[in-house]
Amino acid sequence: MLPDKRGRFGFFGGKFVPETVMSALDELNEVCLQAKKDKRFQEEFKYYLSQYAGRPTSLYRAERLEKKLRGARIYLKREDLCHTGAHKINNTIGQLLLAKRMGKSRIIAETGAGQHGVATATASALFGLKCDIYMGTEDIKRQELNVFRMKLLGARVIPVDSGSCTLKDAINEAIRDWTTNVLTTHYVIGSVVGPHPYPMMVRDFQSVIGKETKKQILKVEGRLPDYLVACVGGGSNSLGLFYPFIKDKVQFIGVEAGGLGLAGGHHGATLARGKVGILHGTMSYLLQDKDGQIRETHSVAPGLDYPGVGPEHSYLKKTGRAKYVTVTDREALSSFKLLSETEGIIPALESAHAIAYVVKFAPKLNKNKVIIVNLSGRGDKDVDIVAGKIK
Amino acid sequence: MNRIHETFVRLKESNKKAFVVYLTSGYPDLKTTEELVLELAGRGVSMIELGVPFSDPLADGVIIQEASFKALLNNINLDKIISLVRKLRKDTQVPLILMTYYNPVYQYGIERLARKAADAGLDGIIVPDLPPEESSRLKNAFGRYGLSLIFLLAQNSPVERMKLIARESTGFIYCLSHIGITGVREKLEHDLRPFLERIRKTTDKPFVVGFGISRPEQVQKVNKWADGVVVGSAIIDVIRRNLGKKNLVKKVGDYVTELMRD
Repeated sequence: MLPDKRGRFGFFGGKFVPETVMSALDELNEVCLQAKKDKRFQEEFKYYLSQYAGRPTSLYRAERLEKKLRGARIYLKREDLCHTGAHKINNTIGQLLLAKRMGKSRIIAETGAGQHGVATATASALFGLKCDIYMGTEDIKRQELNVFRMKLLGARVIPVDSGSCTLKDAINEAIRDWTTNVLTTHYVIGSVVGPHPYPMMVRDFQSVIGKETKKQILKVEGRLPDYLVACVGGGSNSLGLFYPFIKDKVQFIGVEAGGLGLAGGHHGATLARGKVGILHGTMSYLLQDKDGQIRETHSVAPGLDYPGVGPEHSYLKKTGRAKYVTVTDREALSSFKLLSETEGIIPALESAHAIAYVVKFAPKLNKNKVIIVNLSGRGDKDVDIVAGKIK
Repeated sequence: MNRIHETFVRLKESNKKAFVVYLTSGYPDLKTTEELVLELAGRGVSMIELGVPFSDPLADGVIIQEASFKALLNNINLDKIISLVRKLRKDTQVPLILMTYYNPVYQYGIERLARKAADAGLDGIIVPDLPPEESSRLKNAFGRYGLSLIFLLAQNSPVERMKLIARESTGFIYCLSHIGITGVREKLEHDLRPFLERIRKTTDKPFVVGFGISRPEQVQKVNKWADGVVVGSAIIDVIRRNLGKKNLVKKVGDYVTELMRD
């Protein structure tokens, strides 16, 4: 079982943080391990996921998309149907329950696309805790709707205008805040990134996606799928889907942001193009220059616009257990449109990356093969971006 | 015995406290960093930390963040800083310590950095995002060349961690004046004194206090309980306010002299 006691997934992971937050990480790890074994906690978590967040989400067979692609059978795991419109709520409910156990009175989070920010603001409202969200000014511009939602939910949105003004910089600022207010504040990281125990904890909370999927596919197909496909920014929706199948004969495909194409350097393809390094508390693949300075990334999908990736993904790549591919902005946009038109589902631009890979891949397979795609979020937040890009 | 150790022995013999200064290397440019080191050494500072600029300085407040970004625009990297040290060693024996985030070190190569740092005349390294638990490779490499690896200790470090850090830190221990990031602060925390007294009981190693110190009164107060202070952001701020002025180096020197007065 990974991670090990030091929070390592093989060579990756660990705790690379200032001393001031080391004891908070130890405390969080302790509470995490207790909660895992505590039936009452698990019941409570399950209760909120079902009665509040709307789980289980459906596993929907996309037959019109299949007809169009003429290949494998395609199922969509409908995380877009979760309360707040994405899988992020699974994790924020879990972490808020832990924060309450630790007696923290204030919640902070970073957000890129705004989905994690909205999910954190939502869970904070649900449990009555004060909430501050850090968001890059570039993303504030791109995801106006989500900024407004967070404010409606009673959260304060703090603009971050350092560096590339996107997700990476919002994380820096959230870590600085946490370092300063660590005694009263819990930092809700939104993906399987950051220092131990975050990658493990977020994976475990998101594993509900894969656990449900497994039951659902066995029921309709009577067997496990051949492929699981999901987009990878930090990597929480993909790992949540993959992890319960880790010992099964199922192929994992993670789809990274190819941006304007890998050649020009304007992308977020950390696993495809990164080198091992240390950022935001963890050892993982990273987009960086020869001096170890972190590179600016680009993706039309703000949630994939990140130069790092969860350490467990680095491990899955290194061991060959998962395969990682890239999809460009343009391909993602065209799948955004395709899924809307063929299935009546407007996907988040992040999830549209996973769909775009299926569009390329499914026609090569015969119709006995089964692909499950994680439709991690809905695309309402993206209509402004898309309106400007497709006619 | 390296220069850091010698300095603390000498300070103790003369019943004095350490005054450590932080500079962001390459801010506003490498030539000025060189002049500042020589000026401040001449003014009698005990040691100088040479900050390595990093794109994501998550333990730093706005003052050092900004200096770091400006320095990166000058393409400052470890090789250039090591060359600067080599040059400085012709003129000064003040202990020079690298202050850097871990990723630039990791990319440079830990072994390679230790060898080149020792060869150029550096004395130690501080890596704020590298706790003792993750530091064995760095410790072995730097230890082999007699270089110090200095760890940070925080007020909220539980007693077990305090012991661990005291044991692993070589040269001295860097204690944080408050729970937080670097930056100028108006006041010292009330519970600084009991914290420093706890450290004194835990270890015989020298320890200095940094983060937030900017005034002579603060220096004097901290020196009652600690073996010295580190001043960083406040100095970078003086540099920032005097950018483009001919007497920048002297202004910084005057400020440091003011802070060091008894």
